[in-house]
Amino acid sequence: MRKMQSIRQNALPNALPDFRNLGVMSRVLVLANALALLFAMARSREFADFAGKFTEIAGQLEPVLLLVVIVLYAGSPLLARLEYRSGVLAVGAVALAATAAFFPFQGRLGGNGDWRELAGSLVFAILATGLLDWYFYLRNRAFSPALSEARLQALQARIRPHFLFNSLNAVLSLVRKDPKRAEAALEDLAELFRTVMADNRDLTTLGDEVAICRQYLNLEQLRLGERLDVKWDVEPGVEHALVPPMLLQPLVENAVYHGIEPGITPGVIEVRISRRGDRLALQLSNPYHEEHQHRQGNRMALSNIRERLQLHFDVEASLETRVVGGRYEISISMPYRNVP
Amino acid sequence: MSTLRVVIVDDELPARNRLRELLEDCREEVPHLVAGEAANGVEGLQVAASAQADVVFVDIHMPEMSGIEFARHLQVLERPPAVIFVTAHDQYAVRAFEVNAVDYLTKPVRSARLLAALKKAATGARLARGVLESIDPAPRRHFSIAERGRVTLVPVAEVIYLRAELKYVTLHTRARDHLVEEPLSQIEHEFGGVFVRIHRNCLAARRLIRGFERSAETEGEAGWSVVLEGSDERLPVSRRQWAQVKALVS
Repeated sequence: MRKMQSIRQNALPNALPDFRNLGVMSRVLVLANALALLFAMARSREFADFAGKFTEIAGQLEPVLLLVVIVLYAGSPLLARLEYRSGVLAVGAVALAATAAFFPFQGRLGGNGDWRELAGSLVFAILATGLLDWYFYLRNRAFSPALSEARLQALQARIRPHFLFNSLNAVLSLVRKDPKRAEAALEDLAELFRTVMADNRDLTTLGDEVAICRQYLNLEQLRLGERLDVKWDVEPGVEHALVPPMLLQPLVENAVYHGIEPGITPGVIEVRISRRGDRLALQLSNPYHEEHQHRQGNRMALSNIRERLQLHFDVEASLETRVVGGRYEISISMPYRNVP
Repeated sequence: MSTLRVVIVDDELPARNRLRELLEDCREEVPHLVAGEAANGVEGLQVAASAQADVVFVDIHMPEMSGIEFARHLQVLERPPAVIFVTAHDQYAVRAFEVNAVDYLTKPVRSARLLAALKKAATGARLARGVLESIDPAPRRHFSIAERGRVTLVPVAEVIYLRAELKYVTLHTRARDHLVEEPLSQIEHEFGGVFVRIHRNCLAARRLIRGFERSAETEGEAGWSVVLEGSDERLPVSRRQWAQVKALVS
């Protein structure tokens, strides 16, 4: 399997956030403005004064902030290559430069344009970037290594033992009569477990993820026969998209366990993957068996995948489930990222 | 040793094939023949009954009817076969089997374990009464009635009411009535969510209660009767149960 470069915003606690992520950007904007609010409060003597002060500060802050965000967005790939310390310094330099660059125009925006005003703005810029760096550092630490790494590993190694033992039993049934098929099945099984046990921190391609699902389904087909019918609808070209590893496989496994196994009559699992502009849409559905759905296992897998989507894409990814017309449906929407 | 008649019940064809292969390997040590196979519990009951099975291998994890419920229904047969459970991975069930000395095999099945279980079954060891209920207290989906050497299954959802009459309990559905050999109190205990006690001798399906009618005087005073969907019978509600039953219709 090919390994892709990590685009996780928190591979290590000492890493700059991903400045192209909507969640990161909105946090930057909100926090900087909150700080401006505090400044306004500190500088106004009475409450009536406060609104005016805030408007004044915000008027000066917003253009600078916008410029900073745009520069960081554009320079994100460059920044990602720097060491954490140099990265922090670079971001600070960007903030200071942007503040200084706007200074000549501040007169028109309500400032009086003397050197004390400039010093105040620069202090504000340093304070704001320092505070944001500190916030993202803490946030990364809260999400990261010990806790989330452990959780990721645990989550990913979560193929059901039920599946392993049933598959081994099915393979054993072939050994005497159809050794060739037994061989192929064991190869699939080995490949599947190699993926499950791999270090799955980095994003993988959708093509690889689909291949793993097919190997898994081959094995299930072996024991379920015609009871299992899978319809794939994968838009050509999307196989180069980057997704968290083991994103689809646990969902397909759940679909078999909760949708196919409890039924006496054959059932269909449908997987649709398509690109809509800069979004990747994955949809999976299976027959719904009321008394068998929403068990612990299913909920665990779903919250696991939600958590990993959040780790990789923050607020830009979503996972939703619903029951429509006797079918259980899962929809995932996430940013479309191509192999660089 | 007479030839054991074996039946295999598993929803997965490869699993049945594998078990047949392994059985063949120990045919010399324990003479037996595979008298039938089934892919689910409902079929399995008919196969086991008509094949006059001595031993049944049954997978626990099957669609529609679990292996445990299947084994419970088998017990209504006049001469219930020995049951050997097979499971891929079910820690809970395995622990319960160990505690209750119930025979089981884990998948992939090993021939040594299979042989031991087969030998034990050949000695005539059978399931003790009440063991399965204690292993899996989840309510069954069917009632089972032995009729002329066959097992008739009545889905619990089709039962309108059950009434104790002398020695038996009569189970009433739209289609017909059946006699079951289970005490009413046990049925009430198992299916508390489905049936409500309306009288000392009667349980009614909760979701079929449509209303109440004033009934003629019994034992000196007038009472209420339950109107049930799907039945013309008006079932008297005892004074003790009245408050509880009335609360179900609002």
